[in-house]
Amino acid sequence: MTEKTTDKRSSAFEYAPAPESRSIVDIAPSYGLFIDGEFTEAAEGRVFKSVSPSTEEVLSEVAQAGEADVDRAVRAARKAFEKWSALPGSERAKYLFRIARIIQERSRELAVLETLDNGKPIRETRDADLPLVAAHFFYYAGWADKLEHAGFGANPRPLGVAGQVIPWNFPLLMLAWKIAPALATGNTVVLKPAETTPLSALFFADICRQAGLPKGVVNILPGYGDAGAALVAHPDVDKVAFTGSTAVGKEIARTVAGTRKKLTLELGGKGANIVFDDAPVDQAVEGIVNGIFFNQGQVCCAGSRLLVQESIHEELLDSLKRRLSTLRLGDPLDKNTDIGAINSEEQLSRITSLVEQGEAEGAERWSPACELPSNGYWFAPTLFTNVTQAHTIARDEIFGPVLSVLTFRTPDEAVAKANNTPYGLSAGIWTEKGSRILAVASKLRAGVIWSNTFNKFDPTSPFGGYKESGFGREGGRHGLEAYLDV
Amino acid sequence: MPTTAPSPLGDVTASDSTLRRFLHGLPGVDAVGLEARAASLGTRSIKTTAKAYAIDLAISMVDLTTLEGADTPGKVRALGAKAVLPDPTDRTAPATAAVCVYPDMVATAKEAVAGSSVKVASVATAFPAGRAPLSVKLADVKEAVAAGADEIDMVIDRGAFLAGRYMKVYEEIVAVKEACGSARLKVIFETGELSTYDNIRRASWLGMLAGADFIKTSTGKVGVNATPANTLLMLEAVRDFRAQTGVQVGVKPAGGIRTSKDAIKFLVLVNETVGADWLDNHWFRFGASSLLNDLLMQRQKLATGRYSGPDYVTVD
Repeated sequence: MTEKTTDKRSSAFEYAPAPESRSIVDIAPSYGLFIDGEFTEAAEGRVFKSVSPSTEEVLSEVAQAGEADVDRAVRAARKAFEKWSALPGSERAKYLFRIARIIQERSRELAVLETLDNGKPIRETRDADLPLVAAHFFYYAGWADKLEHAGFGANPRPLGVAGQVIPWNFPLLMLAWKIAPALATGNTVVLKPAETTPLSALFFADICRQAGLPKGVVNILPGYGDAGAALVAHPDVDKVAFTGSTAVGKEIARTVAGTRKKLTLELGGKGANIVFDDAPVDQAVEGIVNGIFFNQGQVCCAGSRLLVQESIHEELLDSLKRRLSTLRLGDPLDKNTDIGAINSEEQLSRITSLVEQGEAEGAERWSPACELPSNGYWFAPTLFTNVTQAHTIARDEIFGPVLSVLTFRTPDEAVAKANNTPYGLSAGIWTEKGSRILAVASKLRAGVIWSNTFNKFDPTSPFGGYKESGFGREGGRHGLEAYLDV
Repeated sequence: MPTTAPSPLGDVTASDSTLRRFLHGLPGVDAVGLEARAASLGTRSIKTTAKAYAIDLAISMVDLTTLEGADTPGKVRALGAKAVLPDPTDRTAPATAAVCVYPDMVATAKEAVAGSSVKVASVATAFPAGRAPLSVKLADVKEAVAAGADEIDMVIDRGAFLAGRYMKVYEEIVAVKEACGSARLKVIFETGELSTYDNIRRASWLGMLAGADFIKTSTGKVGVNATPANTLLMLEAVRDFRAQTGVQVGVKPAGGIRTSKDAIKFLVLVNETVGADWLDNHWFRFGASSLLNDLLMQRQKLATGRYSGPDYVTVD
């Protein structure tokens, strides 16, 4: 009888490369600023390059906005405001629904684009960023004709022109968080994307045209910090919304102090992920990984401090290390990649120096065996043990794939340590005991508290910080308030 | 009372109360998190060489199964021939791991696979309900083993388990294991009837403590059978059991796995939860019948670049 026996296979189950096709996205060699419904060159003719952080390949050359461009864009937005704000909410909703649908239709293209420009894995842009972007527009489209029922009075009025400055970690999602509520409430927008990730915002400009959005309602100004500063300081801007670092946030708060401008700031964080000894351990490990390695840890609400009850410390760390060893780092366009590239050389050097400081201060560094690509900006998933509250890596926001592990003995100590930070954006609680979740959550000073999960987002849920993590809420009904004259 | 609990776990099976304390002291399972992890591993994209490897591995892991009242010797012989030589047009296709039949068909199955690597597995212990006196269950097992079964797939007493009588379930598994002799014992929990993930984790540990060589999800006879989530949970259990006792136990999802795509998702779960040590048909099996033909069609597609269609694989 001929047969091949089930011979013992020596090779492991190696996944062959499974790259998402780049051909779905057509990136032009150059882009202009998007002002008053047209792409135009910058007044001073300056341009900058947008680089793919995983390969250092130049993706496109983009016009760089300056003060004169900011002024032009704000004037266009002001002009458009009159008609846009006078539209019935149901009409504004139609545009927003249309934009949401176009985003869904073009989601694969946008996911590839975002992965190329940002460096994050396609798995995340495909399964997290893009679905959330569309959901955010759908959600606020639904509010546009129901504002009088939102709890802000009979006929809540928009503020006017919103100047919005967004970061590079979730370029299109942060754009959605800013633009969707602004438009739903009848404001017009001038938005500056981050200098390392301008492309998806420019594609969004194209989507606005595709949706027939009236000229000047959305204006996109790629550029650097100077353009952001000019936008924030512009006298005809009524509302400033910023997501980014606490240092820049403080500067913005000083700039707008004493003006009529309404301000929301969504800044840094040093989230505590608290694991009690009665936690669902396997899911807690997943939650820890998702909390700090999602988007290479470049997440303001990352669970960058793991507070683990001392009685399960060793067991949990063993599980965590085993799990980290299965993370797949590499080509962000590969559908099986878990960890992509760090967004920029600058960010990489910041992470590197903080990690070096962690080692110098005596914390113990560990990373799984992990080969880093030779081009691009990469940092291996890293965890630190023997960390105390006094260590820099337990206090400063690293904004990278670096987890600091601390221990606690009692729930009170966990709460005290979790709150012992100038920040207050996020926290996580892991326990099978429902009463403990409620008791601990009510004592944590953080804007978002997850229980038995982490980094879960939904447009219906307000997001924002305590203390140096900022003020104001984005998302949900609360998110409307920031764009209404109430 | 005989206890076979490996020593690192001490005397957890000494009495009903120690066993209950141990099983209820296992970490809880967060259902949302477990299912999210299983779904996320389900998005792995397995292409080209990896797909070819996974398909052959999956074929070699199939327990080709027929468990019908209408089973005849002819049907069982056809199944045996298929298990030995799944694709007559391409002899490089591996044989399946086993055929799985009712006890009265074991002798016929044994003859059909004689001289090959294919094992004969028999369901026993009043499969699928398990509602029979222990003496009947043990007789069922002994008959199957005497007829030549290499492996026994038993069902646990779900009624006793759900009533919290863990010791009864434990003792029954121990007795069946003894009746198996050298035959390997697969313990079926009927996860669809246990209903909660906490129960599935407890049953997994109970089965392993009692000496199971394999833990198996389902009979295939109820509404919910193998799912990525319950299989992931059982993989975590065998991983943790080996870490604590040094004893490796196999896992067999059964029922409802019909396509190559599904089978590959399960192999990804194995690969990323317990790793290469379980990527072998001694430690992982699929209880399935229609799965094999889909694997063979996908295999032909990879080899030739064309989809062949159901008329190019054998109907058994």
